[in-house]
Amino acid sequence: MSMVPTLLSVENLSKSYGGVHAVRSVSFSLRSGEILALIGPNGAGKSTCFDMLNGQNTPDSGRIKLLGEDTVGKKPRQVWRLGVGRTFQITATFPTMTVRENVQVALVSYGRQLFNLFGSTANYARDEAGRLLDLVGMGAYAERPCGELAYGDLKRLELAIALANQPKLLLMDEPTAGMAPRERVELMRLTAEIAREKSIGVLFTEHDMDVVFEHADRILVLNRGSLIAEGTPEQVRGNPQVRAIYLGEGLVYDARHREGAGA
Amino acid sequence: MAFYFVQFLTGLASAASLFLVASGLSIIFGVTRIVNFAHGAFYMLGAYVAFTLTERFSGAVGFWGGIVLASLIVAVVGVIVEMVLLRRIYHAPELFQLLATFGLTLMVQDIVVLIWGPDDLLGRRAPGFKGAVDFFGQNIPSYDLFLIGLSPVVLGILWLLFQRTRWGVLVRAATQDRDMVAALGVNQKWLFTSVFALGVFLAALGGALQIPRDAVHHALDLRIIVDVFVVVVIGGLGSIIGAFVAAVLVSELNAFGILIFPKISIILVFLVMAVVLIVRPWGLFGKPEAAARRTPGLTVNPWRPLTSNERWLAISALAVAAMLPLLAGNYALTVGSEIAIFVIFAASLHFLMSVGGLASFGHAAYFGLGAYGVAFLAKAAGLPMIVSLLMGPLLGLLGAAIFGFFAVQLTGVYFAMLTLAFAQIVWSIAFQWVTVTGGDNGILGVWPEKWAAGPASFYWLSLGIAAIAVALLRVIVFSPFGFALRATRDSLLRSEAIGINGKRVQWTAFVIAGTVAGFAGALFAYLKGSVFPDSLGISLSVDALVMVLLGGVETVSGAVVGAIVFKALNIWLVSQTDLSKLVLGGFVVLIVVAFPKGIVGVLETIRNRRRSSSSKSSSPDSSLATSRIETAE
Repeated sequence: MSMVPTLLSVENLSKSYGGVHAVRSVSFSLRSGEILALIGPNGAGKSTCFDMLNGQNTPDSGRIKLLGEDTVGKKPRQVWRLGVGRTFQITATFPTMTVRENVQVALVSYGRQLFNLFGSTANYARDEAGRLLDLVGMGAYAERPCGELAYGDLKRLELAIALANQPKLLLMDEPTAGMAPRERVELMRLTAEIAREKSIGVLFTEHDMDVVFEHADRILVLNRGSLIAEGTPEQVRGNPQVRAIYLGEGLVYDARHREGAGA
Repeated sequence: MAFYFVQFLTGLASAASLFLVASGLSIIFGVTRIVNFAHGAFYMLGAYVAFTLTERFSGAVGFWGGIVLASLIVAVVGVIVEMVLLRRIYHAPELFQLLATFGLTLMVQDIVVLIWGPDDLLGRRAPGFKGAVDFFGQNIPSYDLFLIGLSPVVLGILWLLFQRTRWGVLVRAATQDRDMVAALGVNQKWLFTSVFALGVFLAALGGALQIPRDAVHHALDLRIIVDVFVVVVIGGLGSIIGAFVAAVLVSELNAFGILIFPKISIILVFLVMAVVLIVRPWGLFGKPEAAARRTPGLTVNPWRPLTSNERWLAISALAVAAMLPLLAGNYALTVGSEIAIFVIFAASLHFLMSVGGLASFGHAAYFGLGAYGVAFLAKAAGLPMIVSLLMGPLLGLLGAAIFGFFAVQLTGVYFAMLTLAFAQIVWSIAFQWVTVTGGDNGILGVWPEKWAAGPASFYWLSLGIAAIAVALLRVIVFSPFGFALRATRDSLLRSEAIGINGKRVQWTAFVIAGTVAGFAGALFAYLKGSVFPDSLGISLSVDALVMVLLGGVETVSGAVVGAIVFKALNIWLVSQTDLSKLVLGGFVVLIVVAFPKGIVGVLETIRNRRRSSSSKSSSPDSSLATSRIETAE
């Protein structure tokens, strides 16, 4: 494994709001093709961490290196240019465009044609957009208005958009939130397949432990801004502190998280 | 020294009315999220009704009773307006609310003239405050001192009302989270109505209290509303303290600005506002708004380029229009040229507003700059027409580049207000810089050269440029840039996350729209043979907004239809009735309430319904019952 290059390395990342330490000296790294889950109770600092990684938020201190390049202080669009795709907890797409056009806009940006005033977007990278949509199983919906899509389909569309810049790293904030149980597992399986095939590193946060334990190679557990555990799914599952704070015990945990999923 | 102190007190006295009106606007915005353009109209109504009542009732009781009664009567009018009109549009996009209340303002302007006549009315002096107080040889009217004392008292009463009463608590809660208050079982309808009544009462009181100081006339509304916008933007929408501080600040700027920079006194206030908006976009005492609501976006119909049939249809329509000189006389051709010019203007605003989601309330600035650009080049520099026509609009481009840079930093209501303020700055320069612009007298004698002088040739010229402009804008809509622009409108978050520099894209769109508007203005200067500050004015900006709305905000080419219908109707109305504003205002209100999609939007809906009912079997599946979390924000 040590032959695989480090894609992302985070050192001593911290952020506080007033007196609240949202993220406290968090360090971890991610290799290409690796799927890393970031879990923890609500308010643990997962989203703050995420927003700092893609430039939406600036850390108070710490370093973020993506393929050797320092990304602290860069804007989200600049981080994107370095090869980071992102999906959001609540999907962000372009509702007045068709599904295909949604992907085409991302391809336009990737091809640096944003200020092309006289070309035709309809024909721009049409096949490439179609391929990406096929990849996430949305090919049949290409000409549908995006605003009409069911929520699960929007999540898949977002994944296609996030793949448009041939990213080296995918950041997915609760990729399966708000989806039906079967859709969740399918979406994550799809993501894992794509990631392994293209050796994209994936960092995701998630509350559905079925999804996390089935697909993550490694898991980071965050509580009150600090990393309290890190390791393979087995190691994390067996960690008594994690069980106490987040997962709960045995059957109790299983029953509870199924009912409360998506909350 | 004494002189400056008196000037300072005069400023404070002027602040009183401004504060009353602004606090009313702010309270209404805080709870209902409506920027009530008609607030100036209520102020003016307050002044007129108070004038009548104080003339009718004699004595001190009659005067003061008349003032309070007038404010109450206008508040009742406000309640009726709220129940009949505003309740229908609380969930409409901001733009529609601004336009509906602007329509009301237009109507009130004519109604006031109908009832009270067009002349200035001089009201009674206030009993007990008729004299002046001597201050080191300078006179201060004692009524001014009364007003200076009044505003802190009103501020105190409002504070008690909001902090110490159950109603006040509900209002503050609703200001923070309307939906939560509704979920807690508060009757939101009556809460909104009572808030609106209070806000209107304050506006009317502000107007009524002005009658001993100032003549009552039918242009009071626009004058005060622009000042009030400035006050609430500086102070922060929704903040009463902010309204107070900003009212004092603005009034003092006015009072001293006239002494120090008589030439640019109007500009001074707007400059301060622009600076505040850029440094603290939510005002000195306001709070940053959560994500702004999307301006257009009632439907999710994706746009598509014309099919070849439709393209032929458009070309045939253009050919028919080009044959007008064979059928019509000179007057009709002049009207036709004017309509063509307004098609260009409306199309440029439509591009900014519908494609970019940026509803500019001061788009006339760039139209007027283009017109002045031509006038300078043709008159002062004596350049040939073709050169002036091509170079004049560059002034519009320059203006749009400078103002647009600042404006696109903001969104929604604040964007609308900043563009309005910039337009007022440009208007003030044109109005006050007499040596260059001729001020109110304008620049005359900008006539086209021989080859374009005949009504038919000028009509063809205008029609040709209009066709090119509309086609060009349409190409841009479907270009990669057009998609990038729509992407920033649909979701700033997503567009930033796919590498789009939203502000730069929007700025570029602003410059394109401003330049195209400049071409419209350039033609307009040649059509009229002259340029006046009016071609930069608010009413022209609003005309353009109405044209876009009438055609359909969410369509690709609605502006063209909207401009033709609106302009034709407008020209016809002015020739038919003296009450054109009343009819026009009523028309605007009607479109907003009954046809928010506009003419082209309605046609498209009908067509889509037909199409989908004929091809129902072929649609993929029926997962149309969607959970659109996105719009629930």
